[in-house]
Amino acid sequence: MSYLEFLYKYAPSFLNGAVVTLEQTALGTLLAVIVALIMGFMKMSSFIPVRWVGIVYIEIFRGTSLLVQMYWIFFVLPLFGITLGKFEAGFLAVGLNLGAYGAELVRGGVQSVPRSQYEAATALGMHPFTRMRRVIFPQALLNMLPPWGNLLIELLKATALVALISVADLMFVSKQINMSTFLSAQAFGTALIIYYIIARGIITPGMRGLECKLAKKLSIG
Amino acid sequence: MSNESFPLKLEGGDVPMVRFDRVTKQYGDLTVLDSLDLDVKANEMVAIIGPSGSGKTTVLRMLMGLELIDEGVIYVDGQPMTHMEKNGRLVRAGQKYLRRMRSSIGMVFQQFNLFPHMTALQNCMEAPVQVLGLSRKEARERSLELLKLVGLDDKMDQYPARLSGGQQQRVAIARALAMRPKIMLFDEVTSALDPEIVGEVTQVIRKLHDEHSLTMLMVTHQMGFARDISDRVCFFYEGKIAEQGSPEQLFDNPRNERTAMFLSAVLEAD
Ligand SMILES: Nc1ncnc2c1ncn2[C@@H]1O[C@H](COP(=O)(O)OP(=O)(O)O)[C@@H](O)[C@H]1O
Ligand SMILES: [Mg+2]
Repeated sequence: MSYLEFLYKYAPSFLNGAVVTLEQTALGTLLAVIVALIMGFMKMSSFIPVRWVGIVYIEIFRGTSLLVQMYWIFFVLPLFGITLGKFEAGFLAVGLNLGAYGAELVRGGVQSVPRSQYEAATALGMHPFTRMRRVIFPQALLNMLPPWGNLLIELLKATALVALISVADLMFVSKQINMSTFLSAQAFGTALIIYYIIARGIITPGMRGLECKLAKKLSIG
Repeated sequence: MSNESFPLKLEGGDVPMVRFDRVTKQYGDLTVLDSLDLDVKANEMVAIIGPSGSGKTTVLRMLMGLELIDEGVIYVDGQPMTHMEKNGRLVRAGQKYLRRMRSSIGMVFQQFNLFPHMTALQNCMEAPVQVLGLSRKEARERSLELLKLVGLDDKMDQYPARLSGGQQQRVAIARALAMRPKIMLFDEVTSALDPEIVGEVTQVIRKLHDEHSLTMLMVTHQMGFARDISDRVCFFYEGKIAEQGSPEQLFDNPRNERTAMFLSAVLEAD
């Protein structure tokens, strides 16, 4: 079977897998952003118990393996009465894990805004919340978008692990095709190419576009 | 802190607009302000001069409430600012109280500190809308008027990065004025500027002094300007006012040896 024939035969399967990977990536990203904002701000809190929640969360999720976290969510949580479908468990693990890395990006971005901006806002009588929302965070956001672009590519790659709890993503589909055809190079080669296309064809330009749009809107740079 | 000797508020005939009452500020072992007393009358223009590190910036930052003082009390318009009254005693001011007290003070920084993601107009409108709750229309009118005052109404839609240092500093002045403060603080506002554009900023300050009723404290290295415009000059040395007086007295007949040394060093450098 030539590669073209192989592709022709298995394109629909790859496509289905890619769609699931995109779904996992999109939902994982959404969750990671939310977690990153919450935990990032908690870690910056001046209220020590709150700060500790942020620190502990980030430590646990960055300090242990994503695969083990996913197994916990999928296999162990049911023992405590929380049963999740494999699809949900998949993006949940990915989002919670990458969100911990994102939290550090949020913190780094916020802390990269000079103190003088805080002081200028304070001198104008702004409430700390207004100051963050209107003055600090917009500038922080622009600083943290480039590293977020890298993180989202990591996130995409991390979704391949959901195949291990049988979510029918691109990785899972490739393995199945490999098992039924023994064409490993074609099966996993195609997977590589599709991951690459998603990363460089969708995520990177998407983030660049967002950066440009934001930079124009904030008119810096 | 024992507050017994600090009044809950200042009353009587001539209450100063600003009073530092035995204010001490320390950073670790370093005493930056040493039991400082300073009164500023309403509509008075006080110039603060002194060597680098003598605590000039610190005075303004404490008055703006950007940092906590360690001892003493600062009063603004008769009310304690660093403290508030609770059950007949002075306790450290809470955040909310401090924000309210700050609203009568505006500050202009050496490095301008404009918000880089907002246009000149937006910089001016931001706090009136977000803090004072003005409608966008009101805030816009007020801001335009002030940009006109500083001669920059034609630049209202420019972002700070597109403005020269002198223009940025004038926007910063307009932004502070948009809150309608009673007191304006200027911290070496021309030090970061090229010599040939210093004048455009000092001209604005002069105009404010001549045409508006504002109490002003101005830290400056421009002795000529200080002499010209101020009602009183305070010479700071090691966290204290070593000497103060009218510009004529202080510049022409300094009584303190330190003042004389400082002035001759500065004037020589010019
Ligand atoms: N945040 C700070 N931490 C430690 N030391 C400080 C801080 N701010 C100012 N200082 C010190 O306080 C002294 C007075 O500073 P400052 O008021 O800025 O002086 P001036 O404006 O007269 O040059 C200096 O010795 C300075 O190093
Ligand atoms: Mg200074």
